[in-house]
Amino acid sequence: MILALHDFWSAKGCLILQPYDMRMGAGTFHPATTLRALGPEPWNAAFVQPCRRPTDGRYGENPNRLQHYYQYQVILKPSPPQIQEWYLDSLRTIGIDPLKHDIRFVEDDWESPTLGAWGLGWEVWCDGMEVTQFTYFQQMGGFDCKPVAGELTYGLERLAMYIQGVDNVYDLAFNTQGVSYGDVFLENERQMSTWNFEVADTDALFDLFRKASAECKLCLEKGLPIPAYEQAIEASHIFNLLQARGVISVQERASYMAQVRDLARGSCEAYMAKYSDQWAAAYPEWAA
Amino acid sequence: MTDFLLELRSEEIPARMQAGARADLERLFREQMKAAGVEHGAITVWSTPRRLALIAKAMPQQTEAVSEEAKGPPEGAPDQAIDGFCKKNGVTRDQLEVRDVKGRATYFAVKNIPGRDVKDVLAEAIPAIVRAFPWPKSMRWGEASISTESLRWVRPLSGIVAILGEELVGCEVGGVASGYATLGHRFHHSGEITIGGADDYAEKLRACHVIVDHEERQDMVRAQAQDAASAAGLELVADEGLVIENAGLTEWPVPLLGRFDESYLDVPPEVIQLTARTNQKYFVCNDANGALANAFVCTANIAAEDPAVIVDGNRKVLAARLSDARFFWEVDQKTTLAEHAKKLERITFHEKLGTVADKVQRVAKLARWLAEEGVVPGADADMTEMAALLCKADLVTEMVGEFPELQGLMGGYYARAEGLPDAVSDAIRDHYKPVGQGDDVPTAPVTVGVSLADKLDTLRSFFAIDEKPTGSKDPFALRRAALAVIRLVTANNLRMAVADGDLLDFFADRLKVQQKEAGVRHDLIDAVFALGGEDDLVRLLARVKALQSFMDSEDGSNLLAGYKRAANILKKEGYEGTDRIARTGEEDPLALVDDPDVGSIVAERGKSVSYDREPAEQALVDALAQAEPAANAAIAGEDFGAAMAALATLRAPIDAFFDDVTVNDADPAKRSARLALLANFVAAVHKVADFSRIEG
Repeated sequence: MILALHDFWSAKGCLILQPYDMRMGAGTFHPATTLRALGPEPWNAAFVQPCRRPTDGRYGENPNRLQHYYQYQVILKPSPPQIQEWYLDSLRTIGIDPLKHDIRFVEDDWESPTLGAWGLGWEVWCDGMEVTQFTYFQQMGGFDCKPVAGELTYGLERLAMYIQGVDNVYDLAFNTQGVSYGDVFLENERQMSTWNFEVADTDALFDLFRKASAECKLCLEKGLPIPAYEQAIEASHIFNLLQARGVISVQERASYMAQVRDLARGSCEAYMAKYSDQWAAAYPEWAA
Repeated sequence: MTDFLLELRSEEIPARMQAGARADLERLFREQMKAAGVEHGAITVWSTPRRLALIAKAMPQQTEAVSEEAKGPPEGAPDQAIDGFCKKNGVTRDQLEVRDVKGRATYFAVKNIPGRDVKDVLAEAIPAIVRAFPWPKSMRWGEASISTESLRWVRPLSGIVAILGEELVGCEVGGVASGYATLGHRFHHSGEITIGGADDYAEKLRACHVIVDHEERQDMVRAQAQDAASAAGLELVADEGLVIENAGLTEWPVPLLGRFDESYLDVPPEVIQLTARTNQKYFVCNDANGALANAFVCTANIAAEDPAVIVDGNRKVLAARLSDARFFWEVDQKTTLAEHAKKLERITFHEKLGTVADKVQRVAKLARWLAEEGVVPGADADMTEMAALLCKADLVTEMVGEFPELQGLMGGYYARAEGLPDAVSDAIRDHYKPVGQGDDVPTAPVTVGVSLADKLDTLRSFFAIDEKPTGSKDPFALRRAALAVIRLVTANNLRMAVADGDLLDFFADRLKVQQKEAGVRHDLIDAVFALGGEDDLVRLLARVKALQSFMDSEDGSNLLAGYKRAANILKKEGYEGTDRIARTGEEDPLALVDDPDVGSIVAERGKSVSYDREPAEQALVDALAQAEPAANAAIAGEDFGAAMAALATLRAPIDAFFDDVTVNDADPAKRSARLALLANFVAAVHKVADFSRIEG
C-alpha cells in the first residue's frame, strides 16, 4: 500500500521522503510539512510518518485506536486545482473503489494550537470511517501561508483494514506468511499504554520539558531554526505524555500549550527570518 | 421575459453552512438586481455539498431607460455658477436645455441613461456577489494564494454556470470563468454536463445522480430512513437535525440500516445515541417496547451495487466508537463519585470565585439550608447535601470529557451504579434542569433543592463580583440561571426571598420577560412590580394572576375607568397626595403623619366633615370604610382574589359619586374633602396594584 502511494504521488511530482526520526503526534509536525509550508517556494512531498498519541492508548483493547500508528503524508504547495481528484485516484490505486465504498468529504477544520496553525478542509470518510485528513493550510506558526498548501494525511492502518476487510487492526495481515499487525504491535500497545498512563516518571518528564524548552531557546538565539524546531517537537511530545499521566491540571494545560506554541512559533519565525530576503527577491508578489 | 440560472460550484461545502449560504445568495442577488433596477420574478435557491444554485424567473432582457433631469441656474447667471452646474451633472454647456420656469429662462441638465442589457448587469453582479459572500469561515487556495488578497470562498470555488434564457452570461472571478458546463455526481457520473438553462438544470442533474433541491433530499432521507427502520420492525428515533445534516452531506442520499453488537446496549442509551449522532451522523432506532435497539441508519451518498459493504464498514466504525464509550463507562466506574469530586479542586470555576470544588461546597451548604428551613418541602437535608456535593463530580470523568453534553446524566448513572439512593442519583442527573424554555422543571424535592442552590449560588456569586449581564453579553448565562430559578420557584410553589438589591431587580426583569412570553399582559406585571419590595415570586405572581382575571371582568374594567377619572381629577387639581402614596409603597401611607401633605389627608379622613355629605359621597365613604380593611386583610392572607373582590365593591359607589357629586365645589371645605376622598379611593386601589400602570 505504501509502495503504491509512493508510486502514485511520485508520478504527480512529489519528492518521496523518509519518516522523521523523532516522536511526534502527527505527520504535520514533520519539518517537511511545517517548515516547508512557509514561504513562496513550490514544495511537493510524500512520506510515511509514525505518530505517537499517548492519550489514545487503549492497552490493545480497542479495534482501531492506537497510541502508535502510521500516517501517510502528502504536501502539495501551492494546492493544485485537481487535488481532490488526485486524492480519489490515489484511493483507487490502493484498491478503494468509490462506487463500492461511500466516500465523503465531511467538514473538519484543522487547528493545531501548539503549532500556531490552522486550515480548512475535511475529514474524508470511507463508509463512515475517517481515513484521511484533508487540509488547506491557511496559517503556520502564526504566519499566513502564501501560497496555501494542501495537506493529505492518510491513516494507513484504517485504510488497510478496509482493503483487507478486517474488523480489528490487530488482525491485519502484515505479510502473506501469516504475520499479523497484532504479532508486531499488540504487545507494544499494551506496554506503551501502561507506561504512558501509569508508569512514566513525571518528575523526569517535567524536567525533560524544561530542558527541551531551554534548548529550543538556545538554538533560536544562535539563529538555528531547524534544531530549534526539533526541540519544539520534543517539548510537544513530552507535554502529551504528561497529559496522559494526568498530572497537568486544566489551568496548567493552557499554559503548557502556550509554551509549546511559543517554541514552534519562534522556530517558524526564525525560519522565515532566515529566508525572507531570498524569497522576496525571487517572488516579488509574495513580499507584496 | 426569461429565466436566469446561476450555479456556483465548489469543493464540499460544510452541511451546517448551506442554509445560511442559500439565504445569503438570494439576498445578495436581490440587492444587486435592485441596485441595477432589474425587476425579476420568483427566486429559488438550492444547495448540495458541491453547489449553490439560484433561479430567478421572468428576468427582462434590458433594464428600462431612465431620464434624469436637474434644474440649474437661470439664464444670465454668472459663468461660474453655470460651469459649476455643468460639472456637477457631467454635461457640457451646449448640452444644457433652457426652459421657462415661472417666466424665467432656466438651464436644465437632462441625462438620458439608456437601458442596459441585463446580461451585462448579471456579468457584473455575479463577481460582486461572490466577493461579498459572507461565509462564516473562508479560505484562500491555489497559486493565487501567494497573495493574501486572493479570492476567499468556503472551499475552493471550482465552477460557475450563468445562463440567462439560453445565453451564457460571461463573467470571471478568482480565475474561474462562467460556462454552460457543470459536473454531476462525484462518482456516479464522470465528465461534464452541458446545461441549457434554468428549465433543464434540475432534471439534467437528476439524470447524473444529483438531486439539487435540498428539500427533496431531506424528504428522501426522512422517508427512507423511516422505511428502513420499519422494514426491520423498528421505529426510527426522529431527528430533524440529522435529516438536514445528512441531506447537506449528500447529492444522492441512500439511507441504510445496520446492526451493532447487542452487548453494547449495556452502555447507557443516551451515550449510544450521542455517539451515533455526533460522531457518525447516524439515526438510532427503538424496538417495539420503545427501548433503544441495536440498530443504526447511516446515509450513503451512492447507490452501491452491494450496500451491505457500506453498512458493514459503518458498523465497524460504530463498534469502535461504542467500544471507546464502553471503555470510558467502565473506567469511570472504577472510581467513586466522591473520589472524582476531589479532582474538582483542580478546575477553576472563575478566577475570582475559586475552583469548582469551592462552588460545590457553597452549593452544598445552601442546598442543606433550603432543605432544613423547609423552603423545599419534603427535601431530606442529608440527601440534598450529599447530592449537591457529588453533582459536579462527573465533570472530571472520561465520558463527560468526551461528551460534555452528558454532564449530569452520567453522574446520575454512576451514582446509581454505586448504589446511592435514587433521590440522590436523580438529583445529580437532573440538577442542571430546567435548561431551556421547553425543558421540564424538576419536582423531586432533593433535585429541586440542588438545582435551586446551584443556580442561586451562581447568580449571587457573579453579582457579588459585579459580573452582571450587559446588553447582549451574558457570558455566564445568568439570565438563563435566573429564569431557571423563577421556573423552579413558581412550579414548586417555593416560598422564599430569592434575592435583594440588584439581583432582585434582575429577577424582576427576567420575570417580566418570562410572563410576557407566557401571555400575561405586561402592564399588569408592571402594575404589580410598581408596588416594589416584593422578593417572594410566588406571592408576586399570585397577585398578577388575580389582577389579570379581575381586569378581564366588567367590575375590573369599570373600576379602572373610575380610578383613572379620580387620578386625573387629582392630577388636574394639583393634588400631591396620590403620587406620594403611589411612590412610597408602604403598607399604610397615612401613617406618615410627619409629611405635611399626607397630614392633610389624615385630617380629612375622619368621619366628620363640616358639611352634610351628599348621599353618593356618603356611600363612597362607607364603601371605602368596608372595602379597604377587607382588601388589606385579604392581602395579608395572600388571598388576592378576595382583595380584588373587595375592590369590586367600590365600582358602583365611585360611578355614582362621579354622576351625582361635584368635586370642584365652590365651597373650599367641600372641594378639599372630596379631593381627599378621591385620594383615599386611589390609595385603597393601590394596595392591590398600581392601577396607573394599567392600560385601557
